[in-house]
Amino acid sequence: MGGNTDDVIRIDRVSKIYQTGDILVHALRALSLNIHRGEFVAIMGPSGSGKSTLMNIIGCLDRPTKGKYFLEGADVSTMGRAELADIRNKRVGFVFQSFNLVSRTSALENVELPLLYAGVSGSERHRRAKEALAIVGLSDRERNMPNQLSGGQQQRVALARALVNNPSIILADEPTGALDTRTSVEVMEIFQKLNRERNLTVIIVTHEADIALYAERVIHVRDGRIALDEPVKNRYDASEVLKNLPTVAELDEIEEKEYQ
Amino acid sequence: MNLWAILKVAIRALTRNKMRSALTMLGIIIGVGAVIAMVSIGQGAQSMIQTQIGSMGSNMLFVQPGNVRANGASQGLGAASTLTQEDVLAMEREVPTVMAASPSMRASAQLVFGNQNWQVQLVGSNEKFPMIRNWPVVNGVFFTDAEVRSAARVIVLGHTVADKLFGAADPVGETIRVRNLPFRVIGVLETKGSTLGQDQDDTAVIPFTTVQKKMQARGGTSVGQAMISATSSDATNLVQQQVTDLLRQRHKIADGDPDDFTVRNLADVAAAGVQLTTIMTLLLGSIAGISLIVGGIGIMNIMLVSVTERTREIGIRMAVGARPSYIRLQFLTESVVLSLAGGALGMVGGGLAAAGIAWYLNWPSLVSGLAVTIAFGFSTAIGVFFGYYPAHKAAALDPIEALRYE
Repeated sequence: MGGNTDDVIRIDRVSKIYQTGDILVHALRALSLNIHRGEFVAIMGPSGSGKSTLMNIIGCLDRPTKGKYFLEGADVSTMGRAELADIRNKRVGFVFQSFNLVSRTSALENVELPLLYAGVSGSERHRRAKEALAIVGLSDRERNMPNQLSGGQQQRVALARALVNNPSIILADEPTGALDTRTSVEVMEIFQKLNRERNLTVIIVTHEADIALYAERVIHVRDGRIALDEPVKNRYDASEVLKNLPTVAELDEIEEKEYQ
Repeated sequence: MNLWAILKVAIRALTRNKMRSALTMLGIIIGVGAVIAMVSIGQGAQSMIQTQIGSMGSNMLFVQPGNVRANGASQGLGAASTLTQEDVLAMEREVPTVMAASPSMRASAQLVFGNQNWQVQLVGSNEKFPMIRNWPVVNGVFFTDAEVRSAARVIVLGHTVADKLFGAADPVGETIRVRNLPFRVIGVLETKGSTLGQDQDDTAVIPFTTVQKKMQARGGTSVGQAMISATSSDATNLVQQQVTDLLRQRHKIADGDPDDFTVRNLADVAAAGVQLTTIMTLLLGSIAGISLIVGGIGIMNIMLVSVTERTREIGIRMAVGARPSYIRLQFLTESVVLSLAGGALGMVGGGLAAAGIAWYLNWPSLVSGLAVTIAFGFSTAIGVFFGYYPAHKAAALDPIEALRYE
């Protein structure tokens, strides 16, 4: 499989084999995939399809058993643990379903975390973390601890943390899985905004079909291979969707009426 | 990496579980405190021995009769009666570096005055006792050469004995009964204080001739031990050699045969005392050291718990780019902060305990820089040693597994 030079991700016949007891599990089977800069991709697939394994490899949390993976032209499939940590630090921004903020640590400090490991000085860390929090609209929540924030706010802190070190890709694993409809769309709005305005490459792993519709390309994974790779025809614009969604006040009103 | 940032994270993690951190530190506090207290007390005892032996007169030597065997059974040092009054006189006469020499006999006796009585170890000596022992009479006089020759029944009391028999009254001129014989009190010795819990003033001195004639069943001219004062402290080794030569000659000991006496100078006695306290310090210190190790095991235990509890946090940190070595350093820092803080508190506690005991026993207080350095070094080493395994475990975590951990 070829690829042009603007490919952020180039996966060349990657296989991943796990050993569980005596059984060898082929999670990925010679899967190839290219994603170019500025794309907004959704990866879908049922559980056991290998999409989590694919995400772990794309995120440099795991290495392929066979095959090559180039992230921005660098071959990461042969790197050691320390090098992979550096790659994750500088080139990958993670967003998780369960937010994964460090507890009892303020929003600002959570966002500073990647910069800390990048060796950025204290004042510079502060400045950039504040900037990132402003992008996700949480400037007024810098000092809050994760348990003082709503789910949507926590996910936005996680987003700020993901983009604070100017990564090549933002990798989101079920980012809306723990959020209600409106908050989910709000988070998707931020993803779309970052993708559009900053040309950030966004990869979302999800099993919700309508979340995948916010992306511009959907990749279906099945049995460790790509079953379908197609552009999204009627793409959702999160800002438009939000206009038609009932607000929390309206939802409260509907609830109220039920009891009258 | 930014050490200050690591330290901040470590301190925050530790203050999150204040009770747990405090209890873990307690192990180190007790360990370091015990080591410091034990070493300080040992060193205090050592310097106490040295000053007290110094106060007895550094010029002093002892001659003890040798080991005799009766029917193959050793009778112990000093059991022989080979040392005579003539030997003592010869030392003073023929060895120029000997300033004074005196027999030193011991006899225990019941002292009675009026309705008071007191059991005491009598010392039989000649008139040179105050000079040799560097121990003057403060009230009355010491007995004279003539009183020694005539085996007079005169007695000079130690301060404690005078106190017990006479209280506030002046004992000089009074007559007391020693083993039922009347003795005239002619003087009271200066207060010496106690050495290692033994009251030096609980004694009384009478002429050695009186001991020989009135207190021994067999009589005879044996004088038990002898004590010698050298002309200077530098001369003690020379005195030791010359007295040995003289006594071998007088006792007609053939070349190659062992001495039937032992000459010891106070430096030897001091060295023996110092050796004893060194052993004691080492022993107590190592017992205290064991508690330090137990404290270290406590740190390891808690760090292992902490690593397990914070598996997810470790996963997050790894996902956003923390290298395994950074995670290791993070947890090592936590255990070292724990052990160092414990060490500092333990040092204060141990120092106070040592100072308290020194004050109570009236010893010089010696919380030495050495003990402090050792304690700090040890607590850092304990933190690194017992923190390494948990830190390594944390660093070896797989980020995927760690992120999935509930």
